[in-house]
Amino acid sequence: MKVRPRDFPREDSARASSAASILARDALPALLAALRTRGYQLVGPTLRDGAIAIDRIDGESDLPIGWTEEQDGGRYRLRRREDVAVFGYTVGPWSWKTFLVPPETKLVTAKRDAGGAFTVDAGLAEEPKYAFIGVRSCELRAIQVQDRVFLEGPYVDRGYRLRREAAFIVAVNCTQAAPTCFCVSMRTGPHHETGYDLVLTEIMEGQRHEFLVDAGTERGRELIDELALRPAMIADVEGAEAAIDRAVAQNGRKVVTDGMRELLYRSYEDPRWDDVAKRCMSCGNCTMVCPTCFCTTVEDAADLAGKEATRTRKWDSCHTLEFSYIHGGSLRPNARSRYRQWMTHKLATWIDQFGVAGCVGCGRCITWCPAGIDITEELAAIRRSEEARHGGH
Amino acid sequence: MEGIEKLLKEHPFFEGIDAADLATIAGCGANVRFEVGEFICREGEEANCFYAIRAGRVALELSAGNGDIVIQTLDQNDIFGWSWLIPPYRWAFDARAVEVVRAVRFDCSCLRAKCDGDPRMGYDFMKRFAKVIVDRLEAMRLQILDMYGKPTVGV
Amino acid sequence: MESQLLESEQTSLADPMATRPFRVAKNQREIDGTHTIELRPADGDGFRFAPGQFTMMYAFGIGEVPISISGDPARAGTLEQTIRSVGAVSAALCKVRRDDTVGIRGPFGTPWPVVPAVGNDVMLIAGGIGLAPLRPAIYHLLRNRARYGKISILYGTRQPADILFRSELESWRGRFDLEVLVTVDSAGRDWRAPVGPVTTLIPRAAVREGIAMVCGPEIMMRFTVQTLLDRGFDADQIFLSMERNMKCGIGFCGHCQMGPAFVCKDGPVFAYPDIEKLMRVRGI
Repeated sequence: MKVRPRDFPREDSARASSAASILARDALPALLAALRTRGYQLVGPTLRDGAIAIDRIDGESDLPIGWTEEQDGGRYRLRRREDVAVFGYTVGPWSWKTFLVPPETKLVTAKRDAGGAFTVDAGLAEEPKYAFIGVRSCELRAIQVQDRVFLEGPYVDRGYRLRREAAFIVAVNCTQAAPTCFCVSMRTGPHHETGYDLVLTEIMEGQRHEFLVDAGTERGRELIDELALRPAMIADVEGAEAAIDRAVAQNGRKVVTDGMRELLYRSYEDPRWDDVAKRCMSCGNCTMVCPTCFCTTVEDAADLAGKEATRTRKWDSCHTLEFSYIHGGSLRPNARSRYRQWMTHKLATWIDQFGVAGCVGCGRCITWCPAGIDITEELAAIRRSEEARHGGH
Repeated sequence: MEGIEKLLKEHPFFEGIDAADLATIAGCGANVRFEVGEFICREGEEANCFYAIRAGRVALELSAGNGDIVIQTLDQNDIFGWSWLIPPYRWAFDARAVEVVRAVRFDCSCLRAKCDGDPRMGYDFMKRFAKVIVDRLEAMRLQILDMYGKPTVGV
Repeated sequence: MESQLLESEQTSLADPMATRPFRVAKNQREIDGTHTIELRPADGDGFRFAPGQFTMMYAFGIGEVPISISGDPARAGTLEQTIRSVGAVSAALCKVRRDDTVGIRGPFGTPWPVVPAVGNDVMLIAGGIGLAPLRPAIYHLLRNRARYGKISILYGTRQPADILFRSELESWRGRFDLEVLVTVDSAGRDWRAPVGPVTTLIPRAAVREGIAMVCGPEIMMRFTVQTLLDRGFDADQIFLSMERNMKCGIGFCGHCQMGPAFVCKDGPVFAYPDIEKLMRVRGI
């Protein structure tokens, strides 16, 4: 849903919008403080290791204010902005899954007695209560994609549910996009639709620096009320929408999603997979940075005395040889079959499994691929390849 | 002779065969019986016949130094022996009756002459043998895969 | 019985990743490197499953592997699993002794179609250790013998010494209401039964139509399906049990994907038309 005044005619731009409010730039710390007061651990974008990471933050000063990034296939550089925008960048190598599906999760601890019998402690630790600051539309859609994996199947991941239900989401509408973005094609952004507690749109016009803020939930609404914000004018809303429209125009990549699933199902033997196999290094970067990739493995460990054993769930990647290991060898023995699995999963089989595509158009896999392999280009190439063979379907 | 023809009609190898051809082929056939353990043919011997098994089990064996290995068994409704088709007409294995075997044995010098004389019949006959050979080859492929063998790696 | 089977299909666990301790009651060596472990829940509660389902078996400190249940679904409270030693975890599980503890999660997965098969002839075709996941279905069919038509069990394995559940196969062969055909890939002269792949038994079987349940190496299943189709079985009456690497058993870990299917929750038992195309793609 676009941020839109509900009760007023659009031309009446001088009047207040009942739906949205204005958060002054210098009131942002108050918003973050209110969340901390409510017991939330803040998580948001912050500079780390030469990139804009997503990590625990203490307050506004940890945000990458005045920073942006340049990114394209296989390339990422931080750059100073000429202004002091708070959210003037897009997405970096990390995503919110780091906090909802941590790279390592202890599943169980088993303790063995002298007789050899063991007991199992599922170790249901209290889950942290996170407030996610600055969640982009594609990223929120990615979280919703993972919800389908961990919450909506025959089994529910208990830890995920606790973390997810507790998480307070302060979303941000993108007002600029990267050359690697294709949320418009995937219909996942840049406008937020649902699923946030609060949504901000950063407005910078001349000396003016404010946020248009709207609530998506009751707890979001309470927070706005507590901060005693001034109501937004129709002009504010229109200004915000114009800013978001810039991000639409800046989407640097496009994909044709029509018939994408069927195309890939017909293309298991397309020669393009051999081509991409020559470039793919099977490093797994694309799966690590992807906000929807959920595959994991479990590692077992025991102490030297053999009294205590742990089972730890860790992120895994379908690009490794071990991933499809079965007695006798690996079922996907080459880069061709592994890249094909990954991309076909994202854009085709995912739809059958979960009702939506596994790609939200965030472009991370393009940027963080050391070979600059571009999923949008690979899909287009497969389409061209089929058209060349059959004259299209 | 009519007796042989009747027996052949019941054998799936001859299913759908031209009646005149069947009569011709039956003219080369004779009823035979092998007792348990009896060799029906031996590797390297001249192959001048083939058998349509009516009852019983035949083991095809190869001597492997440390004992004889059964590589395939053939039962009722199977055909065995195609060495007569291809020079130098020598059996490529031992065949031994595992049970009492009743079969129709075809004299192939007689049959070869008839096939050469009637290429249409010869071609039809050859197609029937090709199916037997292909089936046997496919079976052998699956056997040599050792698909139930212990894997070298696993969890 | 039927309602029990349907019920256990819908098993759901409070914490599906928490393994449940089971006590080893017996470790039976079947053939070289393959053992059947009989287990009882340490908490004394029952354990119900449907034929064809599997569990995730945990060896303390070593790891967890998916293993088919091979026991009788009517023996509530006892769980039998047949394990082939092919790596660290399965080797450790094959070595357990009476009163040892192992962890069990499950049962997981789809069952053999023993309920839809009522009133039909049934052919069960197993290759190698693939007889283990079919054994619960055999127990169920025999326990409810009057409700089914003709039953043929076709079994192929490597050599006579590798015949799994040999004495049981022999006792089933002695029944008048059941056909059991066994073949091996190679044998010495003392073997009087068939030698050849399991596919060669299909034209000899008494069952000529109805429902076929197939379990064995994937290549054996591909050729078996082809032979069944040639014999006139309907594709949607052929059921296969697929095997994939699994880390969770519940659709979270992603390892067992075969195209759009998760073998752990959409399988392991599939109707052939549902995976026909996937079986033809190499490296899927």
